[in-house]
Amino acid sequence: MIETARYAYYPGCCSKASAKEYTATTRLVCKALGIELEESPDWICCGASSAHSIDRILGIALPAHELLYAGRMKLDLVASCALCFSRLKIAAAELKDDDVRKRVGEVLGQEIPGNPDYRVMHILQVLEKHLDRIHLEKPLKGLSVACYYGCLLGRPKEVAFDDAENPQVMDRVVAALGGEPVEWGFKAECCGGSHVFTRPDIVSKLSHRLLYQAKQAGADCLAVVCPVCHSNLDAMQKSIGKEYKEEVDLPAFYITQLVGLAAGLPPRKLMFEKLFVDPMRLLRAKGLA
Amino acid sequence: MELTYEPRIVGFLCNWCSYAGADLAGTSRTNYPANIRIIRVPCSGRVDPLFIVKAFQLGADGVLVAGCHPGDCHYSDGNYHTRRRVGLLRPFLDYLGLDKARLRLEWVSASEGKRFSEVVSSFTDTLIKMGPRSS
Amino acid sequence: MARVGVFICHCGTNISGAVDVARVVEAAQKMPMVVIASDNKYTCSEPGQASIRQAIVSNKLNRVVIAACSPRMHEPTFRKAVSAAGLNPYLLEIANIREQCSWVHSHDREKATAKAIELVKMAVAKVIRHEPLYPREVPVTKRALVIGGGITGIQAALDIANAGHEVVLLEQEPSIGGRMAQLDKTFPTLDCSACILTPKMVDVANHPKIRLLTYAEIKEVRGFVGNFKVEITQKARKVDYSKCTGCGTCWQKCPEKTPSEFDLGLGKRPSIYIPFAQAVPTKPVIDTDSCRYIKYRQWLAAGEQGKKPPECRICEKICPTGSIAWDQEPQTITEEFGAIVVATGFQVYDHRHYEEYGGGAYPDVISGMQLERLMNASGPTGGEIVRPSDGTHPKTVAFVCCVGSRDQAKGRTYCSKVCCMYTAKHAIMLKEHDPDVQCYIFYIDVRTGGKDYEEFYLRTLDDAGAIYIKGRPSKIYRDGKKMIVLGEDALMGRPIELAADLVVLATGMEPRTGADKLAQKLNISYNTYHFLVEAHPKLRPVETQTDGIFVAGACVGPRDIPESVAQGSAAAAKVAGLFSSDTLVTDPITSVVNRERCTGCLLCVAICPYKAIDCETTRDTRVVAVVNESLCKGCGLCVGACRPKAIDLRGFTSQQILEEVNSLWS
Repeated sequence: MIETARYAYYPGCCSKASAKEYTATTRLVCKALGIELEESPDWICCGASSAHSIDRILGIALPAHELLYAGRMKLDLVASCALCFSRLKIAAAELKDDDVRKRVGEVLGQEIPGNPDYRVMHILQVLEKHLDRIHLEKPLKGLSVACYYGCLLGRPKEVAFDDAENPQVMDRVVAALGGEPVEWGFKAECCGGSHVFTRPDIVSKLSHRLLYQAKQAGADCLAVVCPVCHSNLDAMQKSIGKEYKEEVDLPAFYITQLVGLAAGLPPRKLMFEKLFVDPMRLLRAKGLA
Repeated sequence: MELTYEPRIVGFLCNWCSYAGADLAGTSRTNYPANIRIIRVPCSGRVDPLFIVKAFQLGADGVLVAGCHPGDCHYSDGNYHTRRRVGLLRPFLDYLGLDKARLRLEWVSASEGKRFSEVVSSFTDTLIKMGPRSS
Repeated sequence: MARVGVFICHCGTNISGAVDVARVVEAAQKMPMVVIASDNKYTCSEPGQASIRQAIVSNKLNRVVIAACSPRMHEPTFRKAVSAAGLNPYLLEIANIREQCSWVHSHDREKATAKAIELVKMAVAKVIRHEPLYPREVPVTKRALVIGGGITGIQAALDIANAGHEVVLLEQEPSIGGRMAQLDKTFPTLDCSACILTPKMVDVANHPKIRLLTYAEIKEVRGFVGNFKVEITQKARKVDYSKCTGCGTCWQKCPEKTPSEFDLGLGKRPSIYIPFAQAVPTKPVIDTDSCRYIKYRQWLAAGEQGKKPPECRICEKICPTGSIAWDQEPQTITEEFGAIVVATGFQVYDHRHYEEYGGGAYPDVISGMQLERLMNASGPTGGEIVRPSDGTHPKTVAFVCCVGSRDQAKGRTYCSKVCCMYTAKHAIMLKEHDPDVQCYIFYIDVRTGGKDYEEFYLRTLDDAGAIYIKGRPSKIYRDGKKMIVLGEDALMGRPIELAADLVVLATGMEPRTGADKLAQKLNISYNTYHFLVEAHPKLRPVETQTDGIFVAGACVGPRDIPESVAQGSAAAAKVAGLFSSDTLVTDPITSVVNRERCTGCLLCVAICPYKAIDCETTRDTRVVAVVNESLCKGCGLCVGACRPKAIDLRGFTSQQILEEVNSLWS
């Protein structure tokens, strides 16, 4: 019997919209691995890229709300979204400062406990930590995966848990699933992020480069850990292809979907139908569906 | 009575940094209280805790040990030993009924004449505020 | 019975302006053991010194206290004066009543005078306990060891040998020459590197006073200045040099080929080899990692498991002198030296650490040193500058400066000093090789500190038409046949994408692997990067904390060739100075062990920063500590560490220091 691991879980706003499949499969996979996720009943937005660019204290106060919950539960806090993770972990670091703690306390109308040690983890770290629990029903044999970390997991170095230029965690996870992580140099390059609303030209340029480089490196698909990156690389893929007059056809999975697949969870539950680039042809070709 | 209290300080200064720093304070004519009596040692690591305890036993109000800044020891790592020895001795002062603040460890380089005079001034000040020893 | 004389100096008005000297004299006269106390206007002047000498003789003084300026100022002067009167110079103590009294308490004459009296009292208390001390003389072995056969070591060895002393030049590789031998041209004169280096290598080989030990390493170093005993490991060459003539038949016929270290993997060399054509000595070694027959023997020894390697032995069959010695094993040689010069130099920073530039992953991303080999007429391509991937001639070449230098993210914060200049040289050379080449140079700052360096850099712009782009690139990746350099033009404030045929990373310098281990054996310091630490960065640049051991060249920090040569000569001058007398006089202020008290815990051995304490067994079979007075620097660390109080420091004994403290309350 595997001992249950417990974490406080922060789903983030995208879990209710564009990244439903990410959150759903995160829960599913964690359950299968005997990992218990305790979701805060009253979680609020982490502030994303907007809050901290307007007001530093607001950018800390929003995620602090969630950190306090984890603190009360005495659990490590896990986020699946890379941006949420970054905001939570930066806030945790900032709250070490007495003055910041005082000012954030004023905003939240409650005292922030002194000498805090709020531990924030990304789902990738959790998956790696409990890798030995995965029972490989369907190893991802022959599947070449370009692991894409995005720009936030490794930067700034105060919050990073892996190398900024050449991160490895996801590569190790994919390899443990029996897949073949490809060597490529764009694991941590920006996809354009939320500029998709204001400057779609930038996003299509940057994301095209990522898709192109992943293909050059021989990848069959991408593995992604951020809802914004995912929508740029998946939902935008068709229009990017049109703009650059080439068909890309590179399915972009959330890493949890790949873990679920390897663990033998039914494809139906892994919500592949939510992906814009249909992965079924690829999965069938590889004998995985 | 308070006003005329003159604490007596024994200072153990390493030859290469702190003693030279004290000399520089002189060359720069930086005045400081005349309460300190300086004993020159080759390295602060030469200071046996026994010297410090002896000074307190005889009636010293304060003892200053000063050496090169960490990493700058003329003998490469003598001051690290000093730091550890003073660190180990300090809790023992409680046992002797002495305030720990009566023993001070400072790093003063050969170019820090001004800093040396500040160290002596502030240490003298502290000791005056503490008043004469009760034990 | 001590008879102390106290001499108090007015120092013009420097002391008497703040201190009532007459009262100090009066007080001193009443101090224990004091026979005479007097004052003097200027004690350090000749009349002042004469009066002390006279007083010593007429009062039969055997201890002297001088209350004057800091002992750091005039202690040597007064020691001489005391000595001239027939007294041991170490029976003197100085009370510092100027720097540490009159000059800092000028506002309060009363307190300054009281303090001066106490300072004199402390000095009297201490001087009574002084013992006469005698400097020791130790003989000097006039023979030097130079570690490292690069240009720095070569220069040092030649200069020491030309001064008439024997030298052993030790090199870990099969040939001397070092990094300079790998260079094509040198900046700013574009002299051919080999043309100016190889004659010096030959000079070394032919010099009657120099013995060359190549393919050898330091195993252990013991002893002290003038008397070092060094164990050297002569690695197994598998070739008998007493028979080998260096004819070259073996390395031409050897069928096994392995990547050449000298050509940084761009070319191949046989298993029995000399690293390069002008190698000194011109005799080969067998590389036991790749040699077929060695592998065959290992296979036999391992019980014939796995695939059988070919039993080649071609070199042995064709060698006309029968020099191949398969059974040769490493040997240990013990030699004695009076001085050691460390000139282990540098290695090029490994560009594989720059994964974002594809260092080591993309064949067309090369290091500056690799480009040197590609340019060199005796290099792997015969001087053709071609892309390692496909052998085509690059037309657009991008250079990235500060790779492994000035980069906190890679843990290398220092400037490597030569990369700006060699990049400029590369741009000029590339244009000379092929006028169609266009060079782009990504830089942070262009640093050209050196004679004629700035003028040379300007040629890069004016003659070679290189385009300098300010900014460190963020990424290099491959797109088809092109290498794309992503960066920012920081002056224009806009992103830049450059498609290049070849990318050259201007890799910096780092100390040779193992520099830290060698420093530990020599008991000298090194910094976080493992560069060796000089005794003083400004005033003692080639000396170390350990007497008799000198450092020179790029093992101390990034240096270019002229600086390295100058440092090699400087170290040689220091060695020649050391060897100018037959004996050395050592400072008598050292630790001394009371063997009766010593319990043999040997804490002192561990704590001594100079490895000056050893242990020996007494006649009654007790282990006791013993101080090597030639190594001891008199820091006194061991004294504080000694639990049974068996060690003391001459000139600063525990009793003396305690008497100083005591005198303040007596």
